[in-house]
Amino acid sequence: MHRSFGRKEKKLPEAVIDLEGLQALLDSLTIRGYTVLGPTVRDGAIVYDEIAGVNDLPAGWTDEQDAATYRLTRRDDSALFGYAVGPHSWKKYLFPPQTLLWKARRSSGAFEVEEAAPQGGPYAFLGVRGCELAAIHIQDRVFLGEHPDPTYADRRSNAFIIAVNCSTPAGTCFCVSMGTGPRAGPGFDLSLTEILEGDRHAFTVDVGSERGEELLSALPHMPATTEDERSAEAVIERAAGAMGRSMDTDGIKELLYGNREHPRWDDVAQRCLSCTNCTLVCPTCFCSTVEDTTDLTGDNAERWRSWDSCFTLDFSELGGNNVRTTTRGRYRQWMTHKLASWIDQFDTSGCVGCGRCITWCPVGIDITEEVAAIRETQEGSRHGDT
Amino acid sequence: MTSVKPTLAVWKFASCDGCQLTVLNLEDDLLPLAGEIDIAHFLEATRATVSGPYDLSLVEGSITTPHDAERIREVRAASRTLITIGACATSGGIQALRNFANVEEFLQIVYARPEYISTLANSTAIAEHVPVDFELRGCPIDKGQLVEVVTAFLAHRRPNIRNHSVCVECKKRGTVCVTVAHGTPCLGPVTQAGCGALCPSYARGCYGCFGPAETVNSPSLTSRFKELGVSEADLVRSFRTFNANAPAFREISEAHEPRT
Repeated sequence: MHRSFGRKEKKLPEAVIDLEGLQALLDSLTIRGYTVLGPTVRDGAIVYDEIAGVNDLPAGWTDEQDAATYRLTRRDDSALFGYAVGPHSWKKYLFPPQTLLWKARRSSGAFEVEEAAPQGGPYAFLGVRGCELAAIHIQDRVFLGEHPDPTYADRRSNAFIIAVNCSTPAGTCFCVSMGTGPRAGPGFDLSLTEILEGDRHAFTVDVGSERGEELLSALPHMPATTEDERSAEAVIERAAGAMGRSMDTDGIKELLYGNREHPRWDDVAQRCLSCTNCTLVCPTCFCSTVEDTTDLTGDNAERWRSWDSCFTLDFSELGGNNVRTTTRGRYRQWMTHKLASWIDQFDTSGCVGCGRCITWCPVGIDITEEVAAIRETQEGSRHGDT
Repeated sequence: MTSVKPTLAVWKFASCDGCQLTVLNLEDDLLPLAGEIDIAHFLEATRATVSGPYDLSLVEGSITTPHDAERIREVRAASRTLITIGACATSGGIQALRNFANVEEFLQIVYARPEYISTLANSTAIAEHVPVDFELRGCPIDKGQLVEVVTAFLAHRRPNIRNHSVCVECKKRGTVCVTVAHGTPCLGPVTQAGCGALCPSYARGCYGCFGPAETVNSPSLTSRFKELGVSEADLVRSFRTFNANAPAFREISEAHEPRT
């Protein structure tokens, strides 16, 4: 099992900025043409949306999470990033829920096809967690492989990533188990750690790219001291020790491949609603469907790609027949893909330990618990303890 | 050039007319629709009618009388394609609440001369009486889905109407889950999409207007409802609204009905 607190080597942060510096950072991004996206409070949750400045951030708010439960609550300080992760992930910007692929127009017996130009962006993501950065890297393998996806490639290559190291993991978090956090990295342009000590409210800044360096140099900032470094390290260490859950990933591929007929799949099928929530909140799930539409005249057609899920019936319909009609089969497919066959397919686990599938499952199915249950009672347990 | 436009008929059975009004309420799509199809019979819109047969019939309402049970056969016989629209036509509607009670008792209470009333014991979906080519759900139906179904008919293709849960629509539009974040009971996980997740986007639980989704795990959802503090009586009521007679919803409400 991975027990590192993230992949980045410890070194002195490049700088320290205060709240004014943070606002200057957001202003600089706006001036450079970025749409700045970050955490903000809406409808009783911390969601990702366009933000105009520091005032839009969830100051003094945190999230309490458990299986099937999310509650926004007040902190006793004014932390801007004092929460774990919410219902949204950055996936919605890099792999949008609906994408127009092309349009066609019929005129005098022929068709003209118009490719849809990539739209939106460039985006700056503020507040990317370690688990979320890892999720973006996983989706990179999916969308930027042999057949790059133009929408994803365009949005991804232009995205400016400002990570904020997690200080407040939730009850459903297990990034330490998956080796993705709480320290974010690598792959960010800038990485911040929020420091709240008495009246002091500051952020240490790590630089991860040339454009990050260039942006930082334009901001009011101070060099970081060893004291700042100690404070930042303490934040990350505290977070690493505050995981609400854990998952034993040792030999997990073999475990799941070897337990296709485990009775636990019947057990989880009794609870699973097949509602798709786990897959749609997952920051790495990438399944989609393609739909062709026509207008009433039949002269205009469009091809759209939209989010789909291995929990819908249509998704597993092939050639007029459904290959996965049971909830047991669908849940087994999702979890085995996420944690096992993903490794064969993309050379990485599909799970980053963000806990969203646990929190946002309406009936609280817990992927860590399902793995543990199969491990405890597997046929011919490798640990010899069954 | 002679017109070869297909003909459209819109029929009403036991219903509130809301789905027919959705046709009239198509606004920007109404004129293009009239450009592609001849509206031959639509009493809600005009008294002028053209006799059948019709290429496409849209049928609103459920079957509640012996007369209507006969009339739907005539409509079917006069229609090349028959599409039912709305919760009444696809499941029996709100009036299917009679299916859980004694209609004779209602007649005695409501009417001064109950012997004048000729009605059936149950309110049933059109598909229980005649073959139906496509069922468009909703109370009322969604305007966009109606245009899609008619467009697909005109283009001889399958309509892009999905049977998955409302949750997919919430997630696509970024709506925060009202059950998880607020503790509000919501029928979204067992209800078919189509409305665009209207109620959850106003922080209300889904009322199930589009009827059961393709997969309904009622024991799991109802035990979650109980954890959220929903009483047995409210549980029964929440599944006995516009789609009370849809088999998956009927099973749930009957399973939780107090035994007498």
